[in-house]
Amino acid sequence: MTDRTMTEPLTTRRRFLTATAGAALVTVLPVADAQATPEMLASAIREVVGGNVVRTGKVRLEIPPLVENGNTVPLTVNVASPMSEADHVRSIHVFNEKNPQPNVGNFFLGVRSGRAQVSTRIRLADSQRITAIAKMSDGSFWSATADVVVTLAACTEDVI
Amino acid sequence: MRLFRAIAAVLLAMAVMAPRSWAAGIPTADRRSGFSFMGPDTQAIQNDDTSNPGMLWVKDGEALWNARAGAAGKSCADCHQDVRAGMRGVAAHYPDFDAAEGRPVDLEQRINLCRARHQQATPFAWESRELLALTALVGAQSRGLPIAPKADGRLASFIATGRDLFMQRQGQLNLACANCHDDNWDKRLAGAPITQGHASGYPEYRLEWQTLGSLQRRLRSCIAGIRAQPYPYGAPELVALELYLMQRAAGMPVETPAVRP
Amino acid sequence: MPSALINVPPKARRGDIIEIKTLMSHIMETGYRHTEGGDRVPRDIITAFSCLYNGVEVFRADLFPAISANPFFTFTTIAMDSGSFEFHWTGDNGFSETASAPITVE
Repeated sequence: MTDRTMTEPLTTRRRFLTATAGAALVTVLPVADAQATPEMLASAIREVVGGNVVRTGKVRLEIPPLVENGNTVPLTVNVASPMSEADHVRSIHVFNEKNPQPNVGNFFLGVRSGRAQVSTRIRLADSQRITAIAKMSDGSFWSATADVVVTLAACTEDVI
Repeated sequence: MRLFRAIAAVLLAMAVMAPRSWAAGIPTADRRSGFSFMGPDTQAIQNDDTSNPGMLWVKDGEALWNARAGAAGKSCADCHQDVRAGMRGVAAHYPDFDAAEGRPVDLEQRINLCRARHQQATPFAWESRELLALTALVGAQSRGLPIAPKADGRLASFIATGRDLFMQRQGQLNLACANCHDDNWDKRLAGAPITQGHASGYPEYRLEWQTLGSLQRRLRSCIAGIRAQPYPYGAPELVALELYLMQRAAGMPVETPAVRP
Repeated sequence: MPSALINVPPKARRGDIIEIKTLMSHIMETGYRHTEGGDRVPRDIITAFSCLYNGVEVFRADLFPAISANPFFTFTTIAMDSGSFEFHWTGDNGFSETASAPITVE
């Protein structure tokens, strides 16, 4: 049994190193991509809030502080709001800091939602800060952040 | 005399470090599923059928189970009827011996043999969506049941081969499966806990893959990970390893489709 | 054959806040991966998801590559009338899928 010469060292920094389902002949390698810069993040946030003030509070981000795999990170955003006609959350916008681009998702709610709470699963390319901004019916913006540590898996998973 | 004792000490140390016989392995009382090594958030993904992505393949499998295929124009259901009744407990005793082939086959191979022999249909490719879907569907019918390998004398030599493969050091890192999964489980390797390597939830949704994958895929990845040449899909070595792993995990509940990091 | 898994309570009382879970089969190819030859693997993601309750939109989401493969969403809505939920997913390369689930509201 001959040993295969690995073209990549075991500790290569990798991002989304997974097999493309069905495309067994494609070997996907990590290549240093442009990361979201702080300017990109600021600009993405500005697109949502415009020139308005963003206050800290009301928003709660539930995300594991340490994740086993950055490909599938459970995330719940919860905003304290009566969700009444007079006072409700219009939308929740989630941003990241170090993925190739700053947006994660935008979620649009309303008075029929009952609760301002959304759960999903997201990808995190690296340990970083997640930001969630809620836009309220009165035009105000509220935010929260959470820091997440993303550990690498033990063995790199090339498509073989 | 001191030299003699020093040599004896080294030999004793080597004997201790040498791979144990499979009877020693992990004591039954200490056996833990890979599930127990995961954080609560990942466990929650597996526990909820609407959140477990593996269930998407089970759903696809249901459609395939009822689809007519091949020159014979038969579906799985035509012979096996309802999958819930017909396949209950089946995955729990795979790999199993196939008399015509004269060797054990795993569930993926069994499905393809059925396709060829009874449906006159072309076999599905390894890791294809269809094969994963049917394997996940059949596997899910054993979910919660204990892994129950058959006491079949014809399997003995293949189990022994599988055990030897599990114990042999290989690759550039000169590691045996047993070195990590029998001797160093629960220690950490690059930040992640080493599990005991019980294959109780395959095919499983691996977060690393972001898709469902077979046990053979995982074995090939592991073998490549210790920088050895992985056996090709369907190789008898892989089936022997699968067979040994099921003996090693006998009695533990099937978790298919499991979710793992 | 993309599958969807939907969890909507089959029965609810009027005014209850009910939780809806949806899971859709999709690779969500980010567009940031490369082949060995250095070619970029093109982006292929779901970009929008919406939920209509008896024809009225009660939830909508914009998805970006940072949403994991096989997108999963949990959200809530107030049970109003019996009828059905309709779910729509659209995305790159003309991706368009629909699913529905009934509800009886007492």
